[in-house]
Amino acid sequence: MTTTSMPTPSHLDQAGSEFCLELENVGISYGGNEAVRGVYMQIPRGKVTAFIGPSGCGKSTVLRALNRMNDLIEGCTIKGRVIFDGQDLYAPQVDPVEVRRRIGMVFQKPNPFPKSIYENIAFGARINGYRGDMDELVERSLRKAAIWDETKDKLKESGYALSGGQQQRLCIARAIAIEPEVILMDEPCSALDPISTLKIEEMMHELKKSYTIVIVTHNMQQAVRVSDMTGFFNVTPKADGDGKVGCLEEFAATETIFNAPTQQATQDYVSGRFG
Amino acid sequence: MSFSVAPAPSAEGSSGFSRASLRFSPGLSRNRWNALFTAVAALFALCAVLPLLLVLGYVLVKGGSLISFGLLTQLPPPPGLDGGGIGNAILGTIVVTLVASLVAIPVGVGGGIYLSEYSRSGWFAQFVRFGTNVLAGVPSIICGVFVYGLIVSTRLFFGQSYSAMAGGLALAVLMLPTVIKTTDEALKLVPQELRWGAIGIGASRFVTITRITLPAAFTPIATGVVLGIARAAGETAPLIFTALFSPFWPESLFSPIATMSVLIFNFAIMPYEAQNALAWAASFVLVVMILAANLFARWLGRFARA
Amino acid sequence: MAVVDPSDLFALRRRPAREKLVDQGFRQLSVLLASIVGLVLLGILLTVLGGAHQAMAAFGLRFITASDWDPIANHYGAFTAIYGTLVTSVLALFIAVPLGVGTAIFITENLIPLWIRQALGLMVELLAAIPSVVLGLWAIFVMEPFLRPLLEALHQSLGWLPFFSTNPQGPGMAPAILILVVMILPIITAISRDSLQQVPPELRQAAYGVGTTRWGAILRVILPAAVSGITGGVMLALGRAMGETMAVTMIIGNSNNFSLSLLAPGNTISSMLANQFGEADGFQVSALMYAALVLMLLTLVVNVLAQWIVRRLSLKYS
Repeated sequence: MTTTSMPTPSHLDQAGSEFCLELENVGISYGGNEAVRGVYMQIPRGKVTAFIGPSGCGKSTVLRALNRMNDLIEGCTIKGRVIFDGQDLYAPQVDPVEVRRRIGMVFQKPNPFPKSIYENIAFGARINGYRGDMDELVERSLRKAAIWDETKDKLKESGYALSGGQQQRLCIARAIAIEPEVILMDEPCSALDPISTLKIEEMMHELKKSYTIVIVTHNMQQAVRVSDMTGFFNVTPKADGDGKVGCLEEFAATETIFNAPTQQATQDYVSGRFG
Repeated sequence: MSFSVAPAPSAEGSSGFSRASLRFSPGLSRNRWNALFTAVAALFALCAVLPLLLVLGYVLVKGGSLISFGLLTQLPPPPGLDGGGIGNAILGTIVVTLVASLVAIPVGVGGGIYLSEYSRSGWFAQFVRFGTNVLAGVPSIICGVFVYGLIVSTRLFFGQSYSAMAGGLALAVLMLPTVIKTTDEALKLVPQELRWGAIGIGASRFVTITRITLPAAFTPIATGVVLGIARAAGETAPLIFTALFSPFWPESLFSPIATMSVLIFNFAIMPYEAQNALAWAASFVLVVMILAANLFARWLGRFARA
Repeated sequence: MAVVDPSDLFALRRRPAREKLVDQGFRQLSVLLASIVGLVLLGILLTVLGGAHQAMAAFGLRFITASDWDPIANHYGAFTAIYGTLVTSVLALFIAVPLGVGTAIFITENLIPLWIRQALGLMVELLAAIPSVVLGLWAIFVMEPFLRPLLEALHQSLGWLPFFSTNPQGPGMAPAILILVVMILPIITAISRDSLQQVPPELRQAAYGVGTTRWGAILRVILPAAVSGITGGVMLALGRAMGETMAVTMIIGNSNNFSLSLLAPGNTISSMLANQFGEADGFQVSALMYAALVLMLLTLVVNVLAQWIVRRLSLKYS
């Protein structure tokens, strides 16, 4: 190996299942309060999968279960299995920190570290033991996140000096700098203006060539624009009539969900919103 | 006393309420009451700040006029003699406060990290929080009694009884709750998103805390710690029978040591004017140090917000 | 060009055992450090109990009711000191509460320009920073001589009351009470101010909206809404006053002879400890430890009560 050229992530070419993440009967509760139940789902590799649904349907909860971010919430318990790389992420011997190194995450609110732009990128790479050329990695990540031109002259400035949309792209750059196999995005554009949103959507089309992306969005047009697969989550009253619980209503190709859904609830939701 | 609607000059209409003029009239009973209450509150506020002005005035004038290079560097004179200084007591206060800080800051910050980063609501965290509040309410003299019973009377350190180390530990017990609370509260102010950001790119808890959360909370923690140190430096009660006093330069951490606060206590009740004067001088040095630390902490806090 | 697998570039993608060890170790360390609080509390309790048990066995509850403190005959009753502790702190509280709450109102309501309010607030906070021993020094040399003619006049005119029945001779309970007022004023003011500032502005607007005057709003709406915080602050101040040592020790006269008169010298538990602990040995240490235990229990009850009151009242008003 002589050069660290743009690594075409070989995991995309890996033989094996065409599915990247598989959820088997996943149910999540917060301190005894059931939030989501009975989710079965096979998320394909190298595609963009969108989660849509009304608020409180548990789509963000499920997303956060995919890289064990829910571990940080006290009293959060999960049932069922989440299979990644042939392994249940919730098996006792699994190290959640390693999981998050391979499944990165971008959050709803831009959350750059109070460090320079350069350090924001380099921090994650360093804790992942990156051995290559750091300058090159920073540039490459910022380029992929379509923010290199805006930041190349001020890499030493604080990440907070950027606008909201730029901060979010910086956070995406930070996530891809550690070369994860999957990137989870939790309503990444909800705090941004339309132009920043457009930039991030364009970027996602580029990113899906190298990564599997799962995105939660409350914006159905966005789901149509960026995703290949869509999961529609819904809230249903519990069987015993005590409160409500989220569940996966329908999961199919985005086209199917928006044009020919099989479930009435999906039909109502997608058409109701487009009205 | 009454805040009722103004006395009705004439009941007009059928509404049952009087229609008085809109013009402000100072003679109205409600306006008289208002003025009276304002005056009383102002008087109370004056009474509250008067002691500070008087104490500061006396300490600065009476103590400040005595300050000289010799006073800051010499040993106190034997009883009955003039001259001398408080050099050993200044050094002793620094040594004892340093010992206290070196013990209380790591323990307190570590405890605060546990409360805020590892367990916010578990039973152990609840217990530690309750214990911290109880410890904060323990009278400072009890801290002295505790260290006396644990270290001084048992001669725990190399067979020594009274020692700088014992005094420092007594002050550390006093500082501990302040440091824990400060750290706990400062870390809680760090936005949760920042933690997620680090965890989300595969940082361990250790890396997240030491590289992201703790630096983000540094200024409020530092502010609280500086205030805690300033308070400890002026404490006397825990020192009188742990660090004791010494008319000589400090020999080691394990022998009795002079401190400014104990010097003030001992010398204030002596019937010698030279000693009384040294007590005023030590008060001056102590108050200036403590007020400087307070103002520094305030500046630090404001600096962080800007 | 070779295609590079990211796992080659990121050496720590698989976390080495060392890193996991550090992570785990740090957690364990923080648990250990947090548990030191409990250990210290336990240590304090055991030390004081262990030291006191001899005197407890010898005197039992008589220790609290008897007022003889005789190190030569080894007879100990701490009533004078317990009485002194309670009387000085409660009377100081009676004076300090109106002053402190009034000051807090004065510096939170916009009765005067902002900069004056900020200056007053800063001064009260700095007053809290002045060491108690310095206040004691000031009390001995400035306050008490200034006060003596006033106290003498009090004795002349109201001497028929048992509380003013002795001629003031310098140190005594009355100057100790006043210096305690100075010491607890900042706590009461600071906590009252915080509580007043936390009253939601909507409440105030509602009061003004129905036509109350400024003081009508303060006394009937704002103060009741802030009462939980203020009460908590007052209780904390009471705890602080009972445990306060240095300034009181320097000015109270340290007499173990019981007297109802506030103008006579008296004693508090903490000043007795400060005065005698260094020179005591044998049985006297045990008696002092017993007194320390009583002080600890008193302050513990007050502090726990303070937290309980705050929790109850804040439920009522939230």
